[in-house]
Amino acid sequence: MKKFLIALLFAPVLAFAAGANVPLDKWPGSVSDKAALQNGAKLFVNYCMNCHGASYMRYKNLMDLGLTEQQVKENLMFTSDKIGDLMMVAARHDEQKLWFGAMPPDLTIIARARGELGNPGAGADWLYTYLRTFYQDEKRPTGWNNVAFEAVGMPHVLWELQGTQVMNHETHKLELAVPGKMSPAEFDKAVSDLVGFMVWMGEPQQEYRKTLGIFVLAFLALLFVVAYALKKEYWKDIH
Amino acid sequence: MSNQGKVDCGRRRLVVATAAVGGVGAVAALVPFVSSLLPSERAKAAGAPVEVDISKLEAGQMMTVEWRGKPVWIINRTPEMLETLPKLADQMADPNSEVKSQQPDYAANPTRSIKENLLVVVGICTHLGCSPTSKFKAGAEEGMAGDWLGGFLCPCHGSTFDFAGRVFKAKPAPTNLEVPPHVYLADTRILIGEDKKGA
Amino acid sequence: MTMAGGNFEKYKSDGSLAGNVLEWVDARFPATSMWKGHLSEYYAPKNFNFWYFFGSLALLVLVIQIVTGIFLVMHYKPDASLNAAGVPVAFASVEYIMRDVPGGWLIRYMHSTGASAFFIVVYLHMFRGLIYGSYRKPRELTWLFGVGIFLVLMGEAFFGYLLPWGQMSYWGAQVIVNLFGAIPVVGNDLSILIRGDFVVGDATLNRFFSFHVIAFPLVLIGLVAAHILALHETGSNNPDGIDIKEKKDEKGIPLDGIPFHPYYTVKDIVGVVVFLMAFSAIMFFAPEGGGLFLETPNFYPADPLKTPPHIAPVWYFTPYYSILRAIVWNFFGLDAKFWGVVAMGASVVIFAFLPWLDRSPVRSIRYRGPITKVMITLFVICFLILGYLGTQSPSAMGELISQICTVFYFGFFLAMPWWSRMDKFKPVPERVTK
Repeated sequence: MKKFLIALLFAPVLAFAAGANVPLDKWPGSVSDKAALQNGAKLFVNYCMNCHGASYMRYKNLMDLGLTEQQVKENLMFTSDKIGDLMMVAARHDEQKLWFGAMPPDLTIIARARGELGNPGAGADWLYTYLRTFYQDEKRPTGWNNVAFEAVGMPHVLWELQGTQVMNHETHKLELAVPGKMSPAEFDKAVSDLVGFMVWMGEPQQEYRKTLGIFVLAFLALLFVVAYALKKEYWKDIH
Repeated sequence: MSNQGKVDCGRRRLVVATAAVGGVGAVAALVPFVSSLLPSERAKAAGAPVEVDISKLEAGQMMTVEWRGKPVWIINRTPEMLETLPKLADQMADPNSEVKSQQPDYAANPTRSIKENLLVVVGICTHLGCSPTSKFKAGAEEGMAGDWLGGFLCPCHGSTFDFAGRVFKAKPAPTNLEVPPHVYLADTRILIGEDKKGA
Repeated sequence: MTMAGGNFEKYKSDGSLAGNVLEWVDARFPATSMWKGHLSEYYAPKNFNFWYFFGSLALLVLVIQIVTGIFLVMHYKPDASLNAAGVPVAFASVEYIMRDVPGGWLIRYMHSTGASAFFIVVYLHMFRGLIYGSYRKPRELTWLFGVGIFLVLMGEAFFGYLLPWGQMSYWGAQVIVNLFGAIPVVGNDLSILIRGDFVVGDATLNRFFSFHVIAFPLVLIGLVAAHILALHETGSNNPDGIDIKEKKDEKGIPLDGIPFHPYYTVKDIVGVVVFLMAFSAIMFFAPEGGGLFLETPNFYPADPLKTPPHIAPVWYFTPYYSILRAIVWNFFGLDAKFWGVVAMGASVVIFAFLPWLDRSPVRSIRYRGPITKVMITLFVICFLILGYLGTQSPSAMGELISQICTVFYFGFFLAMPWWSRMDKFKPVPERVTK
């Protein structure tokens, strides 16, 4: 018992370091670009959702990207047939734990979780860098390593699109050894769209929130004018 | 004196203006709170339309499915059962289904159904929400009065309904049982909760 | 006449129905005397300035937190077990509020922004008391109730922070509860008693939920009522630190007093609107508050097997957390961790002794000399530095700076009986100034 408690006290010291400190590439996209978000959604359900869930999202939410129910059902729904269903991963958690050693995290709010103190939006930059910096590494069980996430457990899922990168250990730069289906520029755009979708998914109402905020502030400005005039009027009495 | 009156008038106008603008703001601030009491997306997803296969429902039988947490009855009425309906018309509170809220237009007919024999109805008494029990056999056999022709009895307060879910006169239940929106996807498949597929 | 609770004439009906109802009620309930004693005939000094907005704003934030809290409780589930997607139910229920409940995201952001706003407003309110000597006789009890409010508010915030059941919630609670383990002899058992488990778990989550939604709010409301009643018994202080009750007109009304209603109600409405603009600006455009109000690691569900790389308490606790970390020496055979906890507790409780530590002949900073001004400025700077360091990872430099600041923090209070008397003082005017 005592040993257990002591171990507990030291648990915070045994910090888990997930990412190395590498300079991040700025995510070039925007959450107001609906076409990019739709493309990102497609990439997400095709490549990410085999292992990762987005379990706080409903397929129905995807209609906010300007898609009809029919389009969502035909193009984006593979594991479920009800539009109101949560975007759960098809694989079983215990099996996943067996395969990967850990359960792949839910990705609904990963862009928010990857933000930084002082810059909550940095999560997008991290994802944009991470998804583009996989390289071949025989020492890893999956055969892949990553610049932004040293000793990552996930293999390079987008390798078909990007091709195979290798690390040049002299320049410490990545080089494209085998080209993929996409040119580097095309691939960057695809990843940008995918990241955009994840940023949007982190808070689907974020654009609406800002629009509403403008109305609320405008209304409060009006209320300020009358309230201030009222105060002035009453305080004429006080000398 | 007149000066005093003027000041007070301007003051009152400002009080009214501030109260009005502030009141609008207060009402607007209520919107998220009141709307948070409405069914959430989860509740709506759980209340999605239900597809029912009725191929095994024989004449004179009834099946119950759940839709939005409520029992929905599907009754395959026999010709004998249907024959009772016109006979009971003058004992009914609303024999011609005139209360619009209780059925879609396509069920506002003598049998209260799309297909004559198949009744789809929400099995919740319109009085206080109990679920009536089936009393299909005519006469006193199931503990009903001797002139009973078959239908439903609500165990809570004794409301009685016929084979079209119509309520008898002078019973606690105010209206007929509700016919939910439904549509035939095929001969033996009903979608409950929606009128048109994909709507 | 007294400022509050005086004998006011009962309401007399003008013969109308509403008048009759009012007369009936007033004969049985102190409606008139409460209205007059606390609002329309409560005389407040007429020279309140900017710093006097924060009392009413604190009350506003309390109302915001209670109302939004009531609605959040309707949807939130204090349950640490995993749902079908492998996520803790409590964590998922917060995202459920953010996505599936209509208007839920707005209510949740109001509550999360409100938590930080509460501390901003309360810190500014305390600062006002500090510079104008509002804690001085005869308002010691008002101040003590205020310190009580602050302590309960800290507990309320701490319990509430566990509820989203994210990584910061979990490990923050883990570390703070383990602090109690530093208490000699009973420490470990006390930590277990607080958690109701050997680790922070479902039992902890449920009891923190109970404390957060029932126990502490009840105490908080009671203390706020006591704080206001005590204030209205003595009457408010003012930026000149003058007792306005010493100069009264023939009717017994303070010459420098004005009825709280309507003058300060209309003035406070302006303050409320400006505050709501700042509040809305954060809530709608930066609800994370730069990662201070909603910390990014808290978007990961709690994982008992994986501590986040850097854990720090929420910003409003960081000054005290820095003081905790600054103590690295063992004394009297007790280890540094214990003394850190003692210092952290003392740094909060020491505010309660201010009325008796301050020996200056005048209340307000306006009539006090350079020593007071320098000491208060340095105290605020130390407080801010400690706050900043508390958000950062430990470092040798940070530790040294936090130790210097900690020494000054306590020195400010403990040496106050001397420095507060040594200063040069200006003559205090008889009547308030503009």
